[in-house]
Amino acid sequence: MTVATIFIDNAPREVNPKQNLLHVCLSLGYDLPYFCWHPALGSVGACRQCAVKQFRNEQDATGKIVMACMTPAAEGTRISIADPEVVAFRAGVIQGLMQNHPHDCPVCDEGGECHLQDMTVMTGHRQRVYSFGKRTFRNQYLGPLVNHEMNRCIQCQRCVRFYREYAGGHDLNAFHLRDSIFYGRHEDGVLESEFSGNLVEICPTGVFTDATLKHHYSRKWDLQMAPSICVHCGLGCNITAGERYGTLRRVVNRYNHEVNGYFLCDRGRFGYEFVESSLRIRHPLVDGKPATRSEALERFGAVLRKGAVIGVGSPRASLESNFALRALAGPDHFFAGVPDEESRLISAMVRILRDGPARSPSLDEVEHSDAVFVLGEDLTNVAPIMALRLRQSVRQAPMRLAAGLHIPEWLDHAVRETVQDAKGPLFIASPYATKLDDIATATYHASPDDLARLGFAIAHAIDATAPEVIALSPELETMAAKIAAALRGAQHPLVVAGASCRNRGVIEAAGQIAWALCKVGSPASLSFTMPECNSFGLALMEAPPLSEALRTVRSEPVSTLIVLENDLFRRAPANEVTSLLRGVQHLIVLDHLGNPTTDAAELVLPAGTFAESDGTLVNNEGRAQRFFQVLNPSTDVQESWRWLHEVSVAAGSKSMERWEDLDDLTATIAKEIAAFGALPKVAPPRSAVGKIAREPSRYSGRTAMLANISVHEPRPPQDPDSSLAFSMESGPGPVPSSLIPFFWAPGWNSVQAVNKFQSEIGGALRGGDPGVRLIEPSRESVWQYFSAIPPAFKSRSGEWLLIPVFHIFGSEELSRHAQGISQLLPRPYLALNPAEASLVGAKAGGRIKILIEDSQFELEIMLRADLPRGVAGLPAGLPPFDGIQLPLFCKLASVGTEFSARGVL
Amino acid sequence: MLSLVRSLWEVFRHTFARRVTVQYPEQKAYLSPRYRGRIVLTRDPDGGERCVACNLCAVACPVACISLQATEDEHGRRYPEFFRINFSRCIFCGYCEEACPTYAIQLTPDCEMGEYKRQNLVYEKTDLMIDGPGKYPDYNFWRVAGVAIGGKDKGQAENELPPVDTHSLMP
Ligand code: SF4
Ligand code: SF4
Ligand code: SF4
Ligand code: SF4
Ligand code: FES
Repeated sequence: MTVATIFIDNAPREVNPKQNLLHVCLSLGYDLPYFCWHPALGSVGACRQCAVKQFRNEQDATGKIVMACMTPAAEGTRISIADPEVVAFRAGVIQGLMQNHPHDCPVCDEGGECHLQDMTVMTGHRQRVYSFGKRTFRNQYLGPLVNHEMNRCIQCQRCVRFYREYAGGHDLNAFHLRDSIFYGRHEDGVLESEFSGNLVEICPTGVFTDATLKHHYSRKWDLQMAPSICVHCGLGCNITAGERYGTLRRVVNRYNHEVNGYFLCDRGRFGYEFVESSLRIRHPLVDGKPATRSEALERFGAVLRKGAVIGVGSPRASLESNFALRALAGPDHFFAGVPDEESRLISAMVRILRDGPARSPSLDEVEHSDAVFVLGEDLTNVAPIMALRLRQSVRQAPMRLAAGLHIPEWLDHAVRETVQDAKGPLFIASPYATKLDDIATATYHASPDDLARLGFAIAHAIDATAPEVIALSPELETMAAKIAAALRGAQHPLVVAGASCRNRGVIEAAGQIAWALCKVGSPASLSFTMPECNSFGLALMEAPPLSEALRTVRSEPVSTLIVLENDLFRRAPANEVTSLLRGVQHLIVLDHLGNPTTDAAELVLPAGTFAESDGTLVNNEGRAQRFFQVLNPSTDVQESWRWLHEVSVAAGSKSMERWEDLDDLTATIAKEIAAFGALPKVAPPRSAVGKIAREPSRYSGRTAMLANISVHEPRPPQDPDSSLAFSMESGPGPVPSSLIPFFWAPGWNSVQAVNKFQSEIGGALRGGDPGVRLIEPSRESVWQYFSAIPPAFKSRSGEWLLIPVFHIFGSEELSRHAQGISQLLPRPYLALNPAEASLVGAKAGGRIKILIEDSQFELEIMLRADLPRGVAGLPAGLPPFDGIQLPLFCKLASVGTEFSARGVL
Repeated sequence: MLSLVRSLWEVFRHTFARRVTVQYPEQKAYLSPRYRGRIVLTRDPDGGERCVACNLCAVACPVACISLQATEDEHGRRYPEFFRINFSRCIFCGYCEEACPTYAIQLTPDCEMGEYKRQNLVYEKTDLMIDGPGKYPDYNFWRVAGVAIGGKDKGQAENELPPVDTHSLMP
């Protein structure tokens, strides 16, 4: 990086000349107030708050006031932040912004973490002198997730710029004019964007606030916080979870430059409410009845002594918990707890990433790709933040136009004017239309097999030595050639795929394309989405799938089945699960929420969610990331691995005694499974760092919150596993980036305090971004092209290929039970192409009968012209279909008629 | 000798001096209204609960002896679901009163709070609430704030203009 020297208040400073003055001043640690600028959105110069004085040269004493965010940090620039005239100017700007501001701070949810409060204090304004009336607005209902209080707006434009330009939403805009600009929807209604929750953080005021927090409001200073990882998809976005009075209150973004950057999706931000759901299991259940901890442990021990045990792990449980179960049951009696097909697909993905030459990119690298091919994925609903990153990636190639005109990247409006509607290459081949299609160069909607064929054809078009796809239609040949050319021409091409189609061909085709690109010398990345938060980690354990458990139960005398954080009825058809459960005498389940599996169990142990436990998850990049306990439950809830440890020690098992706490456990895992060798490096061990307070220094009510129970204050709970303390105690020294419990800095109470934790604004956290990659592509060229190319899909008469249609709210198991999100779930439906629907005489809004294997359902019809012929769609993961392993063929009949021949029940 | 006589005279003189000993507790001492004694939660002039559960008193409290939880009525008026002061910790510094933006929390000239059991020094909202506005008879936060509550719509607070009609085409 070239370095420029600029003079700030006559002090020479080294800065990045590619940036603007505001960016470099903040990077250097100066407190310069701003509103409209955001590191991810760039500069528009709308608020006039970041004014500084610029001087022509050393002799110039007059200078002129410029906006720091709009001025490049060019070599030799001389500016003053402290000049009295510019200080007065900034105070005047705030005064103007506050002229209409309501007297709301005490009842404003933003209070205490309000950027406007911070900037007002920073500039020194304190008294409103304007004595005329304040303009007011009516608020809108924006849904159960985001609250609207329009009076507090300072017209900085950030919300609309994020929502429309950055996140591609349509239903939020600026209305009216002058000082009465209104930011909202054209009418009341739920915000449509999957990223609407980011308004809460992007808006520097209390206009948009977290509506779920409102139900159990707590100030930021009163939250006990801990670094955590989102468990609602495979991307592993970093979050900060906050607790008060023993309950989880909210989740906000925790900046990680490599992973989620500044943003979360709504499932990740608002899904946390499942932790306090009414289905929550908080005490052990023995034979369906509440039991004490010791009764439960006794029963567990008695059951263990009776005979052989098998364990079923889970892709939504931490590595530590899975490993503890593996240790208890023995490696050959530990099963992955995912359906066979899914297990095979994920192993295939891991193998492709490990054995081939293509590297899995971080999400930041995804954003900086300049040609992307998405194969078979509905990213907005499966891996939302990746979709948001891809929305920025299509700007990469056109941005070179602006660069050619010497327009810096951060000069947002100028860049957008230059780029206009030009978009970089993004091709999407998926079974149905996705929300990203609006920015795609071209799309192709077809059945999974046909998608795979297109993928293989592209690989062949890139490298002729890759196997050819026979009998491909000329249109697809052309399309394959076009996509191949775009990928080959790019500097950072990227292929995205995943398990959503449940089709091995799709995954191999994606690998094939990336490999072909690598072979012809292009540095291709290959990103696979993962179905769940620890699917990747579980796959690295290489445990056999669920059907093997059934086989073991049939072939060996197994007396006990232990299920870890897993609802088996979502993993396999009910009859298979039932026969597995019947094959054992005892069923022990550790989980958070009641579900059909816990209902069937003899013993249920209350397992900690991400909020009550420590552990490690491996995201789709192969990055292991640690999450830390934020609340210390007063109930029996604890980490699954701790339950398993306790019981095995009590039962006299030797294998686990060696580890007592998290650091012991991670060290043991690293020793026993080679793939996890780096696990202890994911976060510094407890002994290496002094105490880190989970509670901010302004935490209130310490001596009163429990005084109703007893006036004698208890000792704060101790954390045996991490350096984080359940108190305000903090040792000296900087906090390692993986252990930052919250972003807060003197004068910076809002989320924007993250500025003070970054090595450069918008760059890596100081000390490096958290997380350790567990896999890298192989350097040897031992890989070979896949040759099993599926034949073209042929629709069958009277039968439809049923594929999953993903929903950000509903398809994921846990967030579905969050109170806010539960109001946004789709109703079960069957999606059909209108042409197909007319074949069975079904109309939009009507109902249809569907026969899946041996079960018959009646469903609402949704007509979707984008669905390929011969294919029908069913919402993924939504009960009562969550146990059905798609894709499979189904029969349809109009309501009132019977299924013919074989189909009749 | 002389000093002995002088002392006797002094003592004798005091027999007729004005008494300063106050017969407490039969006789109460005068404490000024701004005395920092037992803390109360007051009501606004309309009889409504003044506290808006902003947590500022709690965060200002140097011994952290105030804790509360905010909630809202169906019209958006915020109030504390519970409000607790642990007087066994309170140092009567009055910071809470200074921090309070609504004049809800006030210190009073009552210092008779002695208890045999420390637990009895934990006051809940019912113990703290009084029926009047205390030292500040006029102020009602909700008449100033921009948030709409039951009985006060947008634009009806002091010094507020009627809500902008966003559908109007007038410049
Ligand atoms: S937006 Fe900030 S300044 Fe405005 S009322 Fe809310 S907390 Fe106060
Ligand atoms: S609503 Fe918030 S983000 Fe939008 S313009 Fe107003 S203050 Fe800025
Ligand atoms: S994209 Fe996935 S990991 Fe990120 S916030 Fe959303 S659900 Fe969580
Ligand atoms: S400062 Fe006043 S209004 Fe705020 S919580 Fe305390 S008593 Fe209530
Ligand atoms: S931040 Fe520079 S003008 Fe708004």
